[in-house]
Amino acid sequence: MIPIVYNVRSVRQRPVSTALTALGVGLVVAVFIGTLALANGFRTALVRTGSDSNVFLLRKGADSELASGLSRETASIISALPHVATGQDGRPMVSPEVYVLVPLGRIQDTSKVTNVVARGVSDQAWTVRNNLQVVEGRRPVSGRAEVCLGQKLVGRFLNTGVGQSLRFAGRDWAVVCHFSAGGSSFESEIWGENEQYMPVFRGEFFQSITFRLKDPGAFEDAKRELEADKRVTVDVHRESEFYISQSALMDRILRILAMIITSIMAVGAIFGAVNTMYAAVASRAPEIAVLLTLGFKPRSVLTSFLIESAVIAALGGVVGCLIALPVNGIVTSTTNWNSFSEVAFSFRITPRLLLDGLIFAVVMGVLGGFFPARRAANLPVIEALR
Amino acid sequence: MKYLPLIFANLGRHKRRTILTIASVALALFLFASLRTVVTTIGAYSQWGSARRLVTTNATGIVFPLPLAYANRLRAVQGVDAVSWANWFGGRYGDGKRFFANFAVDAESYLDMYPEIVLPPDQREAFLREKSSAVVGVRLLDIFGWRLGQDVTLQGTIFPGDWTFTIRGVYTVSDPLINDDMLLFHHDLLDERTGRQGFAGWYVLRIAHPDEAGQVGKTVDDLFRNSSSPTKTGTEQQFNSSFATMWGNVGLLMNTIGLAVVFAILLVTANAMMMSARERTGEIAVLKTIGFTDRMLFGLTMLEAGAITLIGAVLGLGAAKALYKGTNFNAAGFLPGFDVTVGTLLTGLGIALVLMLASGLVPAVRAARLPVVQALRHVE
Repeated sequence: MIPIVYNVRSVRQRPVSTALTALGVGLVVAVFIGTLALANGFRTALVRTGSDSNVFLLRKGADSELASGLSRETASIISALPHVATGQDGRPMVSPEVYVLVPLGRIQDTSKVTNVVARGVSDQAWTVRNNLQVVEGRRPVSGRAEVCLGQKLVGRFLNTGVGQSLRFAGRDWAVVCHFSAGGSSFESEIWGENEQYMPVFRGEFFQSITFRLKDPGAFEDAKRELEADKRVTVDVHRESEFYISQSALMDRILRILAMIITSIMAVGAIFGAVNTMYAAVASRAPEIAVLLTLGFKPRSVLTSFLIESAVIAALGGVVGCLIALPVNGIVTSTTNWNSFSEVAFSFRITPRLLLDGLIFAVVMGVLGGFFPARRAANLPVIEALR
Repeated sequence: MKYLPLIFANLGRHKRRTILTIASVALALFLFASLRTVVTTIGAYSQWGSARRLVTTNATGIVFPLPLAYANRLRAVQGVDAVSWANWFGGRYGDGKRFFANFAVDAESYLDMYPEIVLPPDQREAFLREKSSAVVGVRLLDIFGWRLGQDVTLQGTIFPGDWTFTIRGVYTVSDPLINDDMLLFHHDLLDERTGRQGFAGWYVLRIAHPDEAGQVGKTVDDLFRNSSSPTKTGTEQQFNSSFATMWGNVGLLMNTIGLAVVFAILLVTANAMMMSARERTGEIAVLKTIGFTDRMLFGLTMLEAGAITLIGAVLGLGAAKALYKGTNFNAAGFLPGFDVTVGTLLTGLGIALVLMLASGLVPAVRAARLPVVQALRHVE
């Protein structure tokens, strides 16, 4: 085994060339981490929207809340189900909700409108749905034209401050609070009272009904019973699974994009590493010959050069992580094509993603170093010693 | 020009290095062209729209319908030549993995409204005659392997149940920005089966004079301002533009990645050029001794860098252009008319020039300034 110090010292002989190669790898890693952080952030926003212990109902055949419609009668049948948990106030934890899209004007460019979700909820929604917390103001009072805004809407759209009034569906709505929801897609929604939303939007219909299970393990039982129930025609989803399925299309687009971009970039960076390592081998031919003469096995020479290449790439990987880190937490938004609504989310870099980036860098280094290292190992000693 | 053989001889010296460097440049510019084309395609779509068509939607939001009774009142508006309407159907075919647009349309007026949707006259007749028939884009036909005359069944998501249509027409498009993977069927059928009579998703109006667009739009919106369903009317271009903005800030994302790609490859080429130059120190000294001027050596090194980046650029940009054109790529229907524009190609060549300057400059200056005597010591 050739000591690694040898490689480190050799690398120091060619600082510029090494730095350029490492930085090239670093940029690939930065793009890798950045694009996957985007996909991660989007997915996380939707994953956090749903809870495992909630059951989510849509009209049979509807693949999104927008396409669904459920009657008041269905809602009251659901409320009376034995599977529904009871809240502290003694009422069933059921939230029949109205779900519509309204166009809102962006702050930067008011001519551009975005389809934002307006969700009409009952009082129960605040406890049934996940992780909700009013961060400013007070909850809307039943019977009044008041709304509470997800905190990711604030500052991106006009008239979103508490105390201001927001106009949609031909009416003015007083903004009385902002809420957080653990980074989920609820934070991109306008919540009002379902009874207020019904008459101004689609009439006497709910789009979805969510209830908390009394026994979280009893989902399958509840599903079976509801689907057999002749009085209602509903599709029964676990809330968490439903929102994950709502992220599928965008998630796939983002991940495929990330993979294509980074793999093409990676090939370019590997070519760079190949060039550098061949040059290194060529310029150190006499040294390598000496090593071989001293009795080091060709295998050790191969390993040594592979390690050198991997170390250069790993250095690049670290630089790439550092370049990518500042995007963590930046809020961006896109339309979720599954639900046709706008979702704001943050880039999300996890330790796991950083580790993947480093592994990716090392793989690039090893791939790029392989052929040059093999050349070094097979060097014709006598010729090289001249 | 007479130095061309010398440049090629230099490039051929380390064939592998030259080829790998050219390949890196080619990959970078391929990627650049692809990313940029995403931006230009969305941009083109947001600019696209016939100046003679207006779109009227429900002011409350695009998901809310409008009464069908508006059609007659719209026809009566001064400056409106023709009126058609459509409704988003949201049907899925098979496992639903391949998303495609499907609409219920007022068949005759819709086909008249969009001359860009090209249908053979006999197929058009057959479609108009049969209420349960549909027309599909030629791409959709290919994707699912359908045939003309075949019955296809869609699962309704908004309108529940199985919906079976007979394919009576296959359309092509005369404008690449119109999707050639849609399915259109009769609005009458939708009304009949759902019992939801009297609603349209949105209206499309053809106006007599494009310069009256603003005024006609205002007249229409004023007409329905105090009704149960107020309208929002804009040009087709405004309508498309609002769809394009739904992607969010794609431009920034693509440009940032594009910049990173170009910069990463700059490092690769610069490194390769420097390595080549360093190995040739002795040679350069010899050339100087036999009368090559500093300026000529500077030029030769630059041209060598230029040859690498330009060959790479031509390969990468050419591959991008040919690939997307050849495969008729449209990103699963999301980016119709995906085609590398001339502007993108020129920008790509510009980048190749910048790469040449940035990667060739240091070695070229070094070659020009090389002190001959010292360098000759290295000659063996």
